[in-house]
Amino acid sequence: MSIAPSALPISMRRIEKRFGSVPVLRDLNLDVEAGEFLTLLGPSGSGKTTLLMILAGFVRANGGSIKVGGDEIITTPPHRRNIGMVFQNYALFPHMNVFHNIAFPLKQRGVAAAETAQRVEKALELVKLQGLGERRVDQLSGGQRQRVALARAIVFEPRIVLMDEPLSALDKGLREHMQIELRALHRRLGMTTVYVTHDQREAITMSDRIAVMNGGRIEQLDQPETLYAAPKTQFVAGFIGESNFVPVESRNGSVWYEDRRIQTEAPTPPAGPHLMVVRPEKLRLVTATEPSAGINVLDATVSDIIYQGDSFVCYASLRDGRQLTLRDYCRSDVLARLPAPGQPIMLGLDAKDTILVAAEG
Amino acid sequence: MSAQSALLKEIAGPAGQNLNAQELRADARREQLRLLALLAPSLFLVCAIIIVPIGWLFWLSLFDESGALSAANYARFFEQASYIKTFITTFKVAFIVTGACVLLGYPLAYMLSQLPRRAASICLIFVILPFWTSVLVRTYAWLVILQRKGLINSWLIDLGVISQPLPLANNFAGVVIGMTHILLPFLVLPLYASMKTIDTDCLRAGMNLGASPAATFRQIFFPLSLPGLASGVVIVFVLCLGFFVTPALMGGGKVVMWAMRMEQTTSLYSNWGAGAALGVVLLVVTLALLGLFQWLLGARTTGVWSSR
Repeated sequence: MSIAPSALPISMRRIEKRFGSVPVLRDLNLDVEAGEFLTLLGPSGSGKTTLLMILAGFVRANGGSIKVGGDEIITTPPHRRNIGMVFQNYALFPHMNVFHNIAFPLKQRGVAAAETAQRVEKALELVKLQGLGERRVDQLSGGQRQRVALARAIVFEPRIVLMDEPLSALDKGLREHMQIELRALHRRLGMTTVYVTHDQREAITMSDRIAVMNGGRIEQLDQPETLYAAPKTQFVAGFIGESNFVPVESRNGSVWYEDRRIQTEAPTPPAGPHLMVVRPEKLRLVTATEPSAGINVLDATVSDIIYQGDSFVCYASLRDGRQLTLRDYCRSDVLARLPAPGQPIMLGLDAKDTILVAAEG
Repeated sequence: MSAQSALLKEIAGPAGQNLNAQELRADARREQLRLLALLAPSLFLVCAIIIVPIGWLFWLSLFDESGALSAANYARFFEQASYIKTFITTFKVAFIVTGACVLLGYPLAYMLSQLPRRAASICLIFVILPFWTSVLVRTYAWLVILQRKGLINSWLIDLGVISQPLPLANNFAGVVIGMTHILLPFLVLPLYASMKTIDTDCLRAGMNLGASPAATFRQIFFPLSLPGLASGVVIVFVLCLGFFVTPALMGGGKVVMWAMRMEQTTSLYSNWGAGAALGVVLLVVTLALLGLFQWLLGARTTGVWSSR
């Protein structure tokens, strides 16, 4: 298996889905490029799994169009879509051994026995399970089942691979390891992949692009770096990474926090209330003697300091009682001037790191 | 002696011995005794109602009418053709009724397993409802429906479909219909329970990987439902072998099954030795069949059994 020549783009237009009278997907449009690793990220109930089910053909939409490489598939039954899928609980066939599980899609396609054996062997090799073909499914560990499910979904070289929170059942260490492996496998095979997760860190680690979903809509579709550095809405800023929000106001062409002018490299937003997104790792402790050009300084009082070995977290409250979080690594120079709880401090935020979003209800 | 050395001595204890080993062993023994005491009533019951009667049955079957020890009761099975005929009839009824239960019960259980929870529980009530009525009442009800001037025959004649009443009761067909109705829930319930445990995602995976709905059913759903089907089949088949009321009433005296033969032998001819021998043969044949079934199925579906 080399770079999949069969990788195709997906184009979804005006997808609508209601369960009864409850709208789950609303006028959803999404383009996935050929060979791209795109993640649908959102909280439960955001519609991401429903969208994946509609793509796979297990759930019928109320309206819309899905084109794969130009062909309309919205009414194609699932078994003719030629889309591989990795299920959340793996959905391996318990009455078949590993070999027969992986050979299943080839058998359905009438592939000859000799070629089947060869391709299954190759797929097992790809997911690093050589020699486990004769094992029963219940003799495998969670991570191995995961790999079998993956091998089964790619062995027939589908034009698209869908993954529904495939790593959520694994423990943390294995999950992080599998993220890297999945990513490497995708680079190697180059199949168009749509991945669903509610874990923002997983999404950032693995994806070419991330579609953040909320309430049946896509809030923002961007590369992970852009999504993190320039969230367009409060929801995205809150969902991706850790954020504190500070209310600011735009008036007379500038942005103000109380009586302090906020410096930002982003264009000044229209007049009215806005929120400043403050990430814990972008904040730092500054002293009164430091030059404040290009830095927004906030006065605060330390409420607590938590030592975490490699880093520390400082919880500070602003004058209006609003809590901010600061995280920094435990370098000796930082540790030397660590403030004590109750002590007044100055928090610095670079103008380059100052993000503003519209305040939502 | 300082406090520290006293502590050291206590920790070390007598050479080569674990601390408090004797007391712990005694405690374990006491616990086992208490568990045995708790089990005693049920052990006694099992002995009294299973082992003793079956032993007695064996014992009885070894004596002829004059009270002398002999194998005459068993030799009779090979000598008298009527015994062999009864034996064949019994198995024929059991096979046909089990087959009919599978044909009717599998689609029913499948439908129940696919219905939404609430609808399924309402439908299940209708499956279980007949359980609450006595077998005798249900059998007589079938007689009313199936007899020469019963509901079915009079309707069909009134509709002009047939001119002569169909022979539905007091014969083999009547026995099969009545027994199938009574035994159907015994097949449906275990089958339904096993179908409910089949992961819908497995079926979705089947279709996703290119199997048509029919192929998915054949290659995934059906094999996964086999353990439930097997236990249903075994229950129905074994119950058939010993069935009495329905064949006695619906057979019109023409269908003589093993249990009816036993009843005749003991109450009509008062030959307890022969009756006991019939019981022993039925028990042994049933156990042998169960063993065979377990062996056949065990070999085929090991993966399914052990993954549960």
